[in-house]
Parts: sequence; structure tokens; C-alpha cells
Amino acid sequence: MSDRIKKAGRHVSQNEGLIFEQSALGKRGIEFPPLDVPAVDARAALGAAYAREGIERFPEVSEIEVIRHFTRLSTWNHAIDLGMYPLGSCTMKYNPRVNEFVSRLDGIATEHPYQPQELSQGCLKILKMLLDCLVEITGMDAGTLEPAAGAQGELTGLLLIRAYLEDTQGQPRKKVLIPDSAHGTNPASAVIAGYEVENVPSDERGQIDIASLKKIVNGNVAAMMVTNPSTLGVFEQNIATAAELLHAHGALLYMDGANMNALAGVARPGDFGVDVMHLNLHKTFSTPHGGGGPGAGPVMVKKILQPYLPIPVLTEKSGRLALENHRLKSIGRVRAFGGNFGVLVRALAYVLAYGPGIRQATEDAVLNANYIRNNLEDVYDLPYKSPSMHEVVFSDARQKKNGVNTTDIAKRLIDYGFHPYTTSFPLIVPGALMIEPTESESKQECDLFVGAMRAIAEEAATNPELVKTAPHSTRVSRLDEVSAARKPILRWRPCPSGPCLR
Amino acid sequence: MRYLPKSPAERQEMLVAIGARSIDDLFASIPAEFRLKAPLNLPGPMSEHEIIEYFRARAAENSCGYTSFLGAGVYNHLRSVVTDSLIQRGEFLTSYTPYQAEISQGTLQAIFEFQTLMCQLTGMEVANASMWDGSTANTEAVLMAERLTGRRRVVVARSLHPEYRQVLDTYTRNLGLRIQEVGFTPSGQIDAARLETAIDNETAAVIVQSPNFFGVLEQVPHLGELAHAKGALLVTAITEGVSLGAVRPPAGADIVAMEAQSFGLPPSYGGPYAGVIATRDKFVRQMPGRLAGETVDTAGRRGYVLTLATREQHIRREKATSNICTNQALCALAVAIHLCLLGKEGLKELAEQNLAKARFALQELEKIPGVRRAFSGPFFNEFVVELPRSVKMVNAALLREKIIGPLPLGSFYADLTKRALFCVTETTPRAEIERMAAALRQILSKPV
Repeated sequence: MSDRIKKAGRHVSQNEGLIFEQSALGKRGIEFPPLDVPAVDARAALGAAYAREGIERFPEVSEIEVIRHFTRLSTWNHAIDLGMYPLGSCTMKYNPRVNEFVSRLDGIATEHPYQPQELSQGCLKILKMLLDCLVEITGMDAGTLEPAAGAQGELTGLLLIRAYLEDTQGQPRKKVLIPDSAHGTNPASAVIAGYEVENVPSDERGQIDIASLKKIVNGNVAAMMVTNPSTLGVFEQNIATAAELLHAHGALLYMDGANMNALAGVARPGDFGVDVMHLNLHKTFSTPHGGGGPGAGPVMVKKILQPYLPIPVLTEKSGRLALENHRLKSIGRVRAFGGNFGVLVRALAYVLAYGPGIRQATEDAVLNANYIRNNLEDVYDLPYKSPSMHEVVFSDARQKKNGVNTTDIAKRLIDYGFHPYTTSFPLIVPGALMIEPTESESKQECDLFVGAMRAIAEEAATNPELVKTAPHSTRVSRLDEVSAARKPILRWRPCPSGPCLR
Repeated sequence: MRYLPKSPAERQEMLVAIGARSIDDLFASIPAEFRLKAPLNLPGPMSEHEIIEYFRARAAENSCGYTSFLGAGVYNHLRSVVTDSLIQRGEFLTSYTPYQAEISQGTLQAIFEFQTLMCQLTGMEVANASMWDGSTANTEAVLMAERLTGRRRVVVARSLHPEYRQVLDTYTRNLGLRIQEVGFTPSGQIDAARLETAIDNETAAVIVQSPNFFGVLEQVPHLGELAHAKGALLVTAITEGVSLGAVRPPAGADIVAMEAQSFGLPPSYGGPYAGVIATRDKFVRQMPGRLAGETVDTAGRRGYVLTLATREQHIRREKATSNICTNQALCALAVAIHLCLLGKEGLKELAEQNLAKARFALQELEKIPGVRRAFSGPFFNEFVVELPRSVKMVNAALLREKIIGPLPLGSFYADLTKRALFCVTETTPRAEIERMAAALRQILSKPV
């Protein structure tokens, strides 16, 4: 291993097959208290037509084998707890452990969504306090904590717009405008909300192009969805003008709050014309990504949209909190049982830890991104020069000349002990390197990252093959994604003749 | 602030390095009128200790010390400390969606195992990496059936969870899908005769739940035949996964939409849980959500990747099969770990304990004058009882005995007042069942 790889070293990585391959008849990893009522035979209780025999090839393993199996698997992952995870637009910040602890308390984790509300005041107070905090942070008027993730927040927000337009203008209109730099969930959500999508090109600075917006805004447009800061990590200078323009035509402004980590405590979407927005609690508010979820996607709205919020709605009467299910104008329910409560608990714990000091987190996140930009812009191409906020987007234009692309650089970064940045997004930057360090990185970690990125730039020039075949230090090398998609193997199946050793 | 790893001197050093006079320089791109002049009005800052105290105080305002007979889509089951300690390993907890396969093999292999376990449980051929919950999985299954058939009508059992039906309604209202509901017979099962007439050549899917909202098992194979006879698909929702340890998987279903909360996930006042979509191989390209697949690396070693991504929003944008991005990966991992701990024998024993407890509870209740089971169909661990009084009044009296009573069905079905949905699992001790029955007898013996 090259001596300039400072952060990572090799160590033994345990081999581990699939859990099904370790199974042997009669083992188990959990035992129950003995049954204290008369036993029942499933066949007798349900009848032969309904009763099931044992499940063929269901795993049979002991407790220690389960512990070893999943512990070994875990060591094959990179994680925030191991080091910088600079995925742009994902906000991979520290996930405080106290958040995990409080979400598991008896009286929190144990509560049933249908238990009487007089026995749920603690849960409801948590919801109320979080909602109040999010109102203050975003500058909006009200909100719902129900959506399960950002994409469901988007859908909810668009359904609110739809309901508002139908109610006040008699029809929901036809189109939603979405910039070409947007996340893929934006157009996908718009379609489920029953809208056509019109893509809006960005201007030469990667910003909303007011001149072209003027040409396309008309009575058919229900809303525009804007990510601010944009996916280039740049504040939308024209956001308030865009809002005025939309409002003048009776349309609304939706803000994708995926990048709220650049704004918390510094500026509020409610102040610059946003009518409705979602937050990703698993980004800005530190709830763990967990390998792809769970998240939560609260939606915050201005007063005009409040009557349409999904049920249940949190209300307060003489000091008692309640969830109300009867709202004449509500868009209905978007998820059963009110939402990912356990995630909301973690997010509140995060806000309470900072209080008004949340601004410091935002400042540090922006400082880190600018520090990295400053230290890399002489070796990587920076297609948009606008000031960066919480993330910076380079392109692989210089390295391409030696046949090295953004994916190669990303894979080589693994050898240096870092998780790759986001590759190939936003789509308006060909060969994008989208880097978001978050506030959770020390100067030392940022310096190591800068050192690694500079070393790779040099390798790309002097030894491109080394970069193109990276990573060289992982359990597996680059995987064959083409054959995985051509002949999908999506589940384990037993080999026909006994145990299968591979 | 303890989460922030920079000293004041280091911040200054970094500002100098980038040529900024102060941190405010870095926010100059925000128009001045939108920059906050005063700190936000937020509670805190709090130390770790204070945070714990705050949440302990809230927990104390909830239902600790009560025995509950609630189910209705969210179930109390025993969980092992093993599951929770494993999912709190930082490598699982603090990693992202496994797009970079070489350093995400742990998550990817675990998803592959989860997919396999879901196939084994449901009897289906392929399952995805998880959906947000059972209600959204059910809705996505309906949208999937619409894409597969190109038809615009959906027939839904009234015995499908009422909140699942509400979510389906919210999603489909603007998409031009027409929904028709079909009621139930005295057995508690869907009215098959009415169902047969409701299905026509425009029907994309029939949606039933089994065990259904009343705890009653549906005759799924027969319902599949009715749907297939008109070219419609059968979607089967399952809210109580533990039933699959004793009950035949839904043969005849084309898509299974399951809530996997019962396997190692706490009720947590509504979430996070783990939804599942499982289906037949031939439908996989219309499936929503992520999928992990097996492949090999450049040296021929077995490994796993996210695959068939051309269905998904980050590639297909407005033409994607769904808008889902973040799913419930860590919850799915907990489910997989819990199922591995259970194993074949544990799952069977667990299911049979539920069967036994629920039957014991029903027998105890039926000894009370005026109390009888409302439906006659086979049930797993939930059953509906008809009471001689308002369920809400009875529940108010039970609360005084520190018992959270059954779900009043009248709040969801205007025609089912005085009907109460009881859930009894392996977590309810016999003594508590007997105490509840005695309390109910006492309550009903008093004049109104």
C-alpha cells in the first residue's frame, strides 16, 4: 500500500457465507417462556386448508452464529463512525448515540399508536415540540410529521398544492416545473400527484433562469419545485423573484429541503417566498441513514395550505394534546399510524442538543465545504464558480483526458480510507464529483481528504491504470453490474445436491 | 458543542486558508434581507443528561404499567436484545444506501438475505429491499398491478385495514383509478359472491388482507381464481407476519404487501416499521423499490450490488415505477436478524403460542354473559367480540384497572358498533388475560 495512504491500513477481513448456508436442522437462536395456556395444534385450530407446515430451508442457526454472521457482515461496510462519508446531497453527519438511547426508552418505543390519547400525552408533547422547532427553523407556519421519507414529503406537499388550487381556483392545474438539476424523486413524485412535469433549464451559473421562467409560467402551472441551496450547493439568488413570479400567476413555490443543512439558523425558507417544503430528518437532523432508511420527511407549509394537511392533525385544547382524524379539507392519510415516530424522537433530541446553537453546525458545514473547495480547485475542474455553501461540485474534465472518470476517482478514494463522494449527480454537470463534508469533520479529517484527492489527481496523470482499476484494498473488487441486471439473482436458492460451497 | 470537532483556533485557521475575513463572508451569497439577524428561538442547548431526562419525563406521561389488548396492524411481540445490539453497530447504523458496492457488502448481503427470507415467508419468488410500511407497500402494490394490467379499476375488501384503505385513496384519487369496496359475510371473510360480480374486464386488482382487519383468514386461493378468471391480479396484504409461522402463505396471490413490524420492531407509536413487496419473477421489472442482486467481481468472487435500477427514480425520473428513494433498510435488517434468531422451529413455536393465547382469551371472554365472538371464520391472534355495551364505555372502565382494552371497531365501521377487536400475543401472560376477563365481567355486571 502506498505510503501516502495515511488514513487506512489493511487488516484481516473474516469470510462469511450466507446465513442459509450455515443452517442445520434443530438449531435456534431464541427461546420463549413456556406456554402458560393449553397448547393448540395449528392444524386443529385452523383446519388443514389454512395450516402451514414448516418453511422449507428457513435458516436454523444459534445465537452466537447470528451474532458472528451479522458482525462480520457489518465490518464490510464503510460508515460515518469510521470516517468521512462525503456523499453530496446526503448530509452524512454524526448520528448522536443519545438519540438512539432515548428512542428505545420504555414508554417511548413501547407505545401503541391506538392506545388512548390520555395515555399518550408524552408522545404527543414530543410531536408538538418537534413541530414547533421545525416551524421556527424554517420560518413556515405549520406542518405535518407524517411522511415517511423525503419522497413521501414531496408527494404530500404536491397533494397539498393540488387541494389548495382545486379549492380556491376550482381546478388543480396541469404542470409542475422542475429544474434539470433536481433530485429524481421530484419528477417521480409529481407524476404520482397527477401532474405533468416540465423541465426547466438552469442558466449559465446553474441558477433558476428567470427569463425562461417568465416564458413558461402560465395558468397551467401549479407549482415549481426548487432545491435551495441547489444541488450545486449554491444559494438560489433569484428565489424570491421566482416566488413572486409564480404567485403573480396563481402558482406556488415548493422547496426541496434536502439541503437545509446549509441554512438552519442562518436563513429561513418561509422568509424568501416558499409556500411548502419538506425536510429530510435523516439528513439535516442527524437521524441515522441505516444503510438506506428509515427516514422521515416532515412537510412545512404557509397558512394558506394548513387546512389541507394530512390526517391525523395534532391539536391542543386546554393543555391536552390530541390527534384529530376529521378534517373536511384534508388530503387524507399518507401513511398508516401517523409516521416514523422513532425517527422524530431522534430528530428532536438533535435539536435539543444544539438549541439556537444549531447555527454553529451550519457554519461549520459551510466552512468545511469551502475549505475543501479552496484546496482542490487547482487540481479538479470547477464548472460553476458561484460561491459554495454546504457542498461543492467538481467535474472530472481534467482527469478525463487520461481516461479517468469520476467513478474511478471515487473508487480510488476507497483505498485512501474514505467513502466516495456522490458521482455523476447533478445531471447538469457531466462527470460530477459532488462533495459534502458536513460539520462533523475535523480540520485533520478534511486535510486527510484533501491530501487523498490531490494524490489521486496526481495518480490520474502519472498512473491512470491504478485509478481505473481501483479499489485495490477491499474484500471484493469492482462488481459486474451488467450481468447482475441481465440475469438477476435476487434471492438465495438451495443447490439441488446438498450444501453448496463457493 | 460536543458534536462539533473544531476548536475556535482551527475555525480561524481554516477561514484564513480560504481567504475569508469572517464566517459571514461564506454566507454573502444569501441576499442580506433573508439572513437572520437574531438567534432562533429554540429550546436547548441541552447536555446528554438533560436530553435523557427530558425524554424520560415524556415516557412517564405515556402508558407504562398498563396491559394492552391492542393489535390492529401493530403488534407486541418478544424481541431479543441481540437484534438491537447488532443494528446499533455503527457500520450498519451510520452507513448510506449501498450504492458503492465495494464498501457496502455488509448491507448488500443483509438485504439479499432479507429478500430471501421474505420470499420464504410469503411463498413468493422475489421480494424487494423494503418499503416505508405496510400501508404504502399495499398502495404501491396496487399501482404496480395497474401498470402490469393497464386497467383502471380496483376492488378492495372492506376488511382491509381502514388506514391502508385511506392511504390507497389518497394516492389514487388523482390518478384516475376507480375503487370499489366489497363487504364481508358473517364469517368475517370477504363476500366472495359480491366480489365475483364486482370484478370485470377493467379490474386491475383485487385487494384483500389475510388475516384481515378482523383477524379472520381469507380463502386466498379461491379469491385468486376469481380475480384471474377476469384477468385481474390478486394483491394480498399481511399486517401480522407472525401468522405465516402457522398459516399457509397466500397461494394464488400475485403480489404480497406485508408489514414486517412483528419481527423484532417495537410499536414505537407508529413507526419506523418495514413494508415489503413480494411477487412473481415475471413481474419484477414493474416492482417499486430497491433490489439487491448477486454477481461476481473482476476476480470471480461472489458479491452483491443494487440492481435493476432502471426502474427507479434516480435513473428514470418521471418515468420511474415509484418515487421511493430512502426506504427502511435498518428496520429490514432488524427483521432479518430477528427471523434468523427465530429460525424454522422458533417461528413455528411463536405462531402456535399466539394461536393458543388468543383461543384461551376468547374462551375466557365467552364465559361472560352477553359476550360472544362476532365472526365465525378461522383466526390467528386477533378476534372480534360483540359486547352488550359500548366498547368505549367498557374501555374507559378497563383503563381504571390499568388495562388498555380492545379496539372499538365502531370508530372505523359505522355498522360495527359494540364490536371490539382483541389481540393477544405470546407477550400477554395468562394471569393478565384472566384479570382482563374478570374486570370485563365485573364491568358488564353493573347496571348502565
